[in-house]
Amino acid sequence: MEGQIVTKVVLLSCGSFNPITSMHLRMFELARDHLEDTGQYKVVKGIISPVGDGYKKKGLVEACHRLEMARLATENSDWITVDSWESLQPEWVETVKVIRHHYEELLEAEQNKDDVDTVKYTKKRRIEENYFEGSAHLKRRGSPQLMLLCGADVLQSFETPNLWKQDDITEIVGCYGLVCITRSGNDPYSFIHKSDTLWKYRKNIHVVHEWVTNEISATHVRRALRRGHSVRYLLPDAVVYYIHEHDLYSAESEQKNADVVLAPLQRYTGASSS
Amino acid sequence: MMPTRRVPLFLLACGSFNPITNQHMRLFELARDHMNSTGQYQVVGGIVSPVSDGYGKQGLVLAKHRIAMAKLALQSSNWVTVDEWESQQPDWTETVVTMRYHYGRILKEFEQSTGMHNSSSRNTTPLSTSGPSLQLKLLCGADFLNTFKFPGLWRDDHVEEVVGRFGLVCVSRGGLQPEQTVHELDTLFGHRQNIFLVREWVRNETSATEVRRALRRGVSVKYLIPDSVIEYIYKHNLYTKDSEKINEGRVLRPLKKQVQQPVKSLDD
Repeated sequence: MEGQIVTKVVLLSCGSFNPITSMHLRMFELARDHLEDTGQYKVVKGIISPVGDGYKKKGLVEACHRLEMARLATENSDWITVDSWESLQPEWVETVKVIRHHYEELLEAEQNKDDVDTVKYTKKRRIEENYFEGSAHLKRRGSPQLMLLCGADVLQSFETPNLWKQDDITEIVGCYGLVCITRSGNDPYSFIHKSDTLWKYRKNIHVVHEWVTNEISATHVRRALRRGHSVRYLLPDAVVYYIHEHDLYSAESEQKNADVVLAPLQRYTGASSS
Repeated sequence: MMPTRRVPLFLLACGSFNPITNQHMRLFELARDHMNSTGQYQVVGGIVSPVSDGYGKQGLVLAKHRIAMAKLALQSSNWVTVDEWESQQPDWTETVVTMRYHYGRILKEFEQSTGMHNSSSRNTTPLSTSGPSLQLKLLCGADFLNTFKFPGLWRDDHVEEVVGRFGLVCVSRGGLQPEQTVHELDTLFGHRQNIFLVREWVRNETSATEVRRALRRGVSVKYLIPDSVIEYIYKHNLYTKDSEKINEGRVLRPLKKQVQQPVKSLDD
């Protein structure tokens, strides 16, 4: 009898988390249920990686607050964690680099598990070999696969000019994989169909349908907070308290970066900055 | 010149709460913000009143569990509480009767706490004739308004009393459905000043039915209902294929009531 090989998966979610909402947390739950239901995957960990302040998004409050809120929100989860690496970088870091960083960390952790004496060079070379292995995901036997968890809007954003580098998209879907939660009104399959890159790697794109429409967005939460409306039960109580305690979202905070160009747009349209 | 004083308002939500979800609690938050923003009302309390087992709805688990879950969920609320009265009635209680009971109860508490004993008549007269006296309104979702259209479900004088004497706060999920219903029914239209429609701008379709379905299928419901409620459900193994068969094929109690007996109520 053939025992099916179950691949361990780590889900990585990148975004502003300004602030984190129950919707963000639901996405992890939905993704895990979906992947494990295939029988091919075992989701072992979720990582929330808030973007750094260098992203320059309008209304983006300081990373230390966004991190703390994410930590408070995941206190009661036994598998979702928060990682500060991305948010601590002085400049905005491309998503593909964040993925690479976390994949290296994963391999390192695996390596430490079975071989303490590994020379760093070998490890690094293995990672590089894996990158260029070509078609499918990075497959090192027994080591977890890292997938980017996102909403359908991210798939859509691949089409936005100057927001993504084409090579990065290819690497993300080609070497790692995407788990995409569809929100109402978005048809992820049409985006996949329209893009040759996404089409080529469509087997690495896992589309998860949300069975209960839930449109809690951080934008909506900030708007409600500015207007003095209740946001309870849209985000964990601990986060609501934190926001009020630090008076985080106001008309003033929403004006942060108001006249600044988003870092990715600046980088890819600006001539020589990178 | 008299300063305009706000009417102290209680919101009552009747329903199965099988189980209570975050969305139920959102309705209270949305309704409070809305009513306070009118400048006329000051929401002072919310009451969750789970229906009794006699309601006969399919999949309805025992009231003691539904009460316990609602209490766990509202532990962290400083203004919404759970009341067991309705759930402890052996038979299903009409909404208007439940409203009369709660109104009598909170009026007594309110007068005791404010130390005022207004002995003037207040039997079935409109609640806000002289100065801001306490009011109770029914909090409901848009689908609730539709039940008024259902033949034989409501007695006309009950609709009149619920909407005219007390009032409705109805939270809708977009669309003009509630406005349509108010327009279509003469009783509702006549009391449209007493029907407050609250617009929920974020679509959130978490329903107890969806939650039960997910639980039966072993799918995660985390962040749709409070963690404490999830723990309770697992501990008591509440929502299963078997539990969904409770009352299967049974006629909903409200549909049987009127042919069987005259309506009992507290003060008639």
